[in-house]
Amino acid sequence: MSLTTAARRITIGGALVALAISLAGCTGAAPTDATSTTASTVAAAPPAGGNDATGTKVVIGFSAPAADHGWMGAISKAAAAEAAKYPDVELKVAEGTNDVNLQISQVETFINDKVDAIVILPYDGAALTPVALQAMKAGIPVINIDREFDSPFAARTTVLGDNYGMGMSAGMYICGQLGGKSDSVIAEIAGIDNLPLTKDRSDGFAKALSDCGLKVSNRVAADFTVQGGEQAASNLLQAASHIDAIWNHDDDQGVGVMQAIKNSGRNEFFMVGGAGSANVMRDIQADNTVLKATVVYPSTQAADGIRMARLLVQKKALSDLIEVEVPRKIILYTPAVTKDNVAQYLPTAFES
Amino acid sequence: MTEPTVAPTAESAVARSGRRLPGGVTRNLGLVIALVLICLVGFITAGGRFASVDNMMTILRLAAIVGVVSIGQTFVITAGGIDLSVGSMLGLATVWATTGANQYYANQTTWLLMVAVALVVGVAGGLLNGIMVAYGKIAPFMATLAMMVAAKGLAEWIANRQTQIVKVRGFETFFSANPLGIPMLVWIFAVVAAAGWVVYNRTTFGRRTVAIGGNLEASRLAGIKTNRHLVLLYALCGLTVGIAAVMMMGRTMAGTSTHGTLYEMDSIAAVVVGGTLLTGGRGTIFGTVIGVLIFTTLTNIFTQNNLPTSVQEITKGIIIVGAVLLQLRIAQRAKA
Repeated sequence: MSLTTAARRITIGGALVALAISLAGCTGAAPTDATSTTASTVAAAPPAGGNDATGTKVVIGFSAPAADHGWMGAISKAAAAEAAKYPDVELKVAEGTNDVNLQISQVETFINDKVDAIVILPYDGAALTPVALQAMKAGIPVINIDREFDSPFAARTTVLGDNYGMGMSAGMYICGQLGGKSDSVIAEIAGIDNLPLTKDRSDGFAKALSDCGLKVSNRVAADFTVQGGEQAASNLLQAASHIDAIWNHDDDQGVGVMQAIKNSGRNEFFMVGGAGSANVMRDIQADNTVLKATVVYPSTQAADGIRMARLLVQKKALSDLIEVEVPRKIILYTPAVTKDNVAQYLPTAFES
Repeated sequence: MTEPTVAPTAESAVARSGRRLPGGVTRNLGLVIALVLICLVGFITAGGRFASVDNMMTILRLAAIVGVVSIGQTFVITAGGIDLSVGSMLGLATVWATTGANQYYANQTTWLLMVAVALVVGVAGGLLNGIMVAYGKIAPFMATLAMMVAAKGLAEWIANRQTQIVKVRGFETFFSANPLGIPMLVWIFAVVAAAGWVVYNRTTFGRRTVAIGGNLEASRLAGIKTNRHLVLLYALCGLTVGIAAVMMMGRTMAGTSTHGTLYEMDSIAAVVVGGTLLTGGRGTIFGTVIGVLIFTTLTNIFTQNNLPTSVQEITKGIIIVGAVLLQLRIAQRAKA
């Protein structure tokens, strides 16, 4: 009641420094090209010869919401692909549902099956908490992805994207481009407005802008779909005759947003995307549209979760940390991708 | 739940004689065979994992909430109506029962307060549906569609589009209990199904429901207060929605406007597959229970075998079409 998911995520955003581990820095390397990470064997690492060496067999249950947009589809695909890289991992996928009752039942099935670990991106973090607690009580480590449970006992490890940080990164990029011009018109095209994550993104965006004396002049909300993005952007362009910068929260709906911009024939502004789809990154690389940057919200979170689950069950540690155990919470960094650094992020971007 | 008797003797005759099979034994038998076949597939593909007691309980828990809603839906559909608002009404009831104020008072007094609020919200929504249908003469599809949209909006408004976490200890204790090794949710489902069966098959209320679905005008002429009966029917459906909302809160320890999403479709599918005619006039509570179990068992088998939900949805669609085709044939045979 007192601690809503939204409030908690904001707090987390603030305390980011203490916990943040860069995705690219620590868990980005695939087993095939992981020689650099594994070579630096730390004191705590098991003697078996690196984390990617085949260990005891691990059965992992994986459940996520329905893949009804590109990012969510990429989450499941990346998780399955990651599991396939390891001969010692068997992944059971209870794929795609937006019905919490059904998702709870899927987790119950994993408990009945006595899987070794459960990786779950809950449709609703609060609603899946009781069954996650049940799994933990049954001795099965739960790895919570993206949408946080409301009890710290419900997961052994939590891998989160940083929605507040995403807004911050977008805002800071826009500040950098428009710095000083306090009369700039800045527009925001949000995602689904009744999700806590949308509020976090907008709050972070507003905070970063206010630090350089800017503010959002026009704000519209879409729904993560192409159709919704097109409608919202058309209305926005109709309402504001001059715009200097647009932040669009989501690259899936961005396909529609770009179409609306194309139809309007306007190009007096630049646009920053969100989530980091491969399409958008290719546009940024080509540098021939209004799209000049996007902010990555890693679609590889669940894949990281699969790795964490494997490490936990095999009693290994994160090899780049000195700690003996896998961390309690990992908050992924949300970098702004521009023409200068896009090559670095394109390989892990998702196809929308 | 039972209706004060007015003129019980004549009206069962109105229930178009001959079209109402006694108990619908043969068709229910077909359903049971279908369920057994599905279970067999589960046993063959997943073996002991499928047949374990734990897994049976998982299936029943999954079935319980939609099951309770489907019992109410059976009554409404039997009477020739439909209730599209059950899903979002369920969400609204969970939200209303879990507001800060309600949880505060529940902590001060008893957790039953939250149960009461959910039931009242469900029944009130049902009453409103019934009044729109019976006295407003709005087609049930439209009346309950309006309610579906409005209830969703109200739920989002009350909850400020957030998930409200249940922090009432007694509530949690009650719903996580397993009397006689059977989860509380399953007990509630069993009680509601049994009560529904009795009301449907053994009371004048049930007979009148069938009569109204068979022929509204004839029922009215035969002395049934059809308008009042329709209102009570939708209220009864609302009551089951309230009960389901309480169960959902017990299962998730949370109230949110997204609870119950698409349950109108799940419940209608279960009712129709169970053998209740969408056109009204004939229905079966037992069939509805089997219908719910067919879908949830199927879901469970797909999970057990690691199959994508897309394939499952295709299968569901095929089952629904099959059931409706079967219904058409039965209806034609009854006419001939």
